[in-house]
Amino acid sequence: MSVVETKRPDGWESYGDAQKERVGFFTDTSVCIGCKACEVACKEWNLIPEDGRVWTGESYDHTSQLGANTWRHVAFVEQRKPLQALLEAPPAPGDRTAPSAAPGGDGSTALRWLMESDVCKHCTHAACLDVCPTGSLFRTEFGTVVVQQDICNGCGYCVPACPFGVLDKRHLPATTDPPPAILGRKEDGRVWKCTLCYDRLKGGHEPACAKACPTKSIQFGPLEELRERADARLAKLSAEGWNGAQLYGRDPEDGVGGFGAFFLLLDDPEVYGLPPDPVVTTRDLPEMWSNMLAAAGAMLAGVAALTLFGSRR
Amino acid sequence: MREELHPLSDVNGKPPGTTSWDGSITEAGTEMRSYYGRPVIKEPVWTWEIPAYFFTGGLAGASAVLSTAAKLTGNEPLSKRALYIGAVADLVSPALLISDLGRPERFHHMLRVVKITSPMNVGSWVLLVSGGASNTAAVLELLGRLKPVKLLAGAVSSLAGPLLATYTGVLIADTAVPVWHEGRRELPWIFGASAMASAGAAASVFLRPEDAGPARRLAVAGVLAEGALMQLMEVRLGKIGEVYRQGAAGKLSWAAKGLATGGAALLARRGKRSRAALVLGGAMVCAGEMCLRWAVFKAGLQSARDPKYVVEPQRERADRRGTKATTKPDA
Repeated sequence: MSVVETKRPDGWESYGDAQKERVGFFTDTSVCIGCKACEVACKEWNLIPEDGRVWTGESYDHTSQLGANTWRHVAFVEQRKPLQALLEAPPAPGDRTAPSAAPGGDGSTALRWLMESDVCKHCTHAACLDVCPTGSLFRTEFGTVVVQQDICNGCGYCVPACPFGVLDKRHLPATTDPPPAILGRKEDGRVWKCTLCYDRLKGGHEPACAKACPTKSIQFGPLEELRERADARLAKLSAEGWNGAQLYGRDPEDGVGGFGAFFLLLDDPEVYGLPPDPVVTTRDLPEMWSNMLAAAGAMLAGVAALTLFGSRR
Repeated sequence: MREELHPLSDVNGKPPGTTSWDGSITEAGTEMRSYYGRPVIKEPVWTWEIPAYFFTGGLAGASAVLSTAAKLTGNEPLSKRALYIGAVADLVSPALLISDLGRPERFHHMLRVVKITSPMNVGSWVLLVSGGASNTAAVLELLGRLKPVKLLAGAVSSLAGPLLATYTGVLIADTAVPVWHEGRRELPWIFGASAMASAGAAASVFLRPEDAGPARRLAVAGVLAEGALMQLMEVRLGKIGEVYRQGAAGKLSWAAKGLATGGAALLARRGKRSRAALVLGGAMVCAGEMCLRWAVFKAGLQSARDPKYVVEPQRERADRRGTKATTKPDA
């Protein structure tokens, strides 16, 4: 299991001639306006059932997190922080006449509202795909990760395996392919997540969210091209002094071999509810298997020794 | 009067370096930031069947070994009881697992592939082999027929048994759940020791004192080993290990320790003469092992629920060693 070494999506090579260029998303949060067109387009196109309306009181966010019924999620973060880094030192607390509290010379204010459209990362080395016991999760010819709904038996292993908390089991009644009536269960019971609109890709279209995005915050395309575009964008924002600009998941050397869907963020990942240093846990699996074999051997020897030696009473 | 805002504080007016969005206070000078205190990873959706299976699977695996070893020493009463206990546990185990599935009617999809990167897939095959063998041996024992087949089946199940008893440690360690993944070195050993204790204790319940020596020793040794290993894991987990002392996991850990050590003491001191001590001590150890499995399960859920157990170790690692997850502009 060479994980970081290959830098190619696990399973992608098996397509041979049918293999397509690896595609993905570059979500540039610096131009996101929080319109949620991506959330709506995703739900519409993928026929995702309505899962209730909740007022969270958390800025404009009412879907809260990715899950079985939310495959695009727009996060809203309100911060008392200038959008662009201040050129002079911050004033003493309480000094409301200081320039930073008023619009700065560059037109920025000290309050910023960050928005980020989150999505499945389509990892190069995807833990969900690795641990799936049925082979329901698979690598497509486009290098993306998709759940085959006719195979998934709802074991739930991928749910805690994902370092980003993307996948979840659908507890709503099944809209397609319902469970047999004899079991008396109505809920769908399978695991669902972003497919990067596999069906649209097959037809030569871009995913619904990217199509709907009015500001090109969500950009779809060949991953290599997106990475170049992201590098240029980061350099520009950095030159303009944007506060906290950073790419997330762009580097193929990271803990999951790089994301197929990566981001430009304006603060550290945890501020958006993303893990700051995610790793694919199957990276440690060879070590875990050999450790387990040692434990099993010790157990066999222990039970045998305690039974074979010593009194019967 | 309204508190004045620090220019770099969050909108809710907290100066940086004290509390996070969810109000949890972190180490001095650092701020654990999260998205409205929401979890970063998903809490496992597994229900009660899974910790119950950790117990029955362990019991089945260790009982198969115990049965074969007892047969080699000529302790037939012990061998037979361990065989039947293991066979029943091997039947209950798949029932529990199938019941936990979101789509139980598709349970056989587990066997449509062989996949070494999926501990659950490997475990399904191990359970199939181990359970099939132990039940074959038990049925032939009951019927008193086909002795060579019975012996072969017994041998197969006692070789597969230790795998069945320990793979569940890898199963949960191969997730993003902090206390499970960081406990990956100890978990298979803890589950193996717990399985030994369960098998010895369960057999003790059904034995007379004159045949119960090996079963009692197994129970006592298992309890001692698992206690030491749990302690080691908690120490090595460091700060995140605190979930084993909090909430449901904390209560279950205490119950596990109390029941298992109490039962083991009873088996060790009185089990040599008293049948009642064997029954009570054995039952107590089994209950303790069940609590231990539940404690590990609940600790995992608790550590997945609170973003600080995910974010803090990763942030610390990123700050100390650097991370490739984020690409910052060239300084």
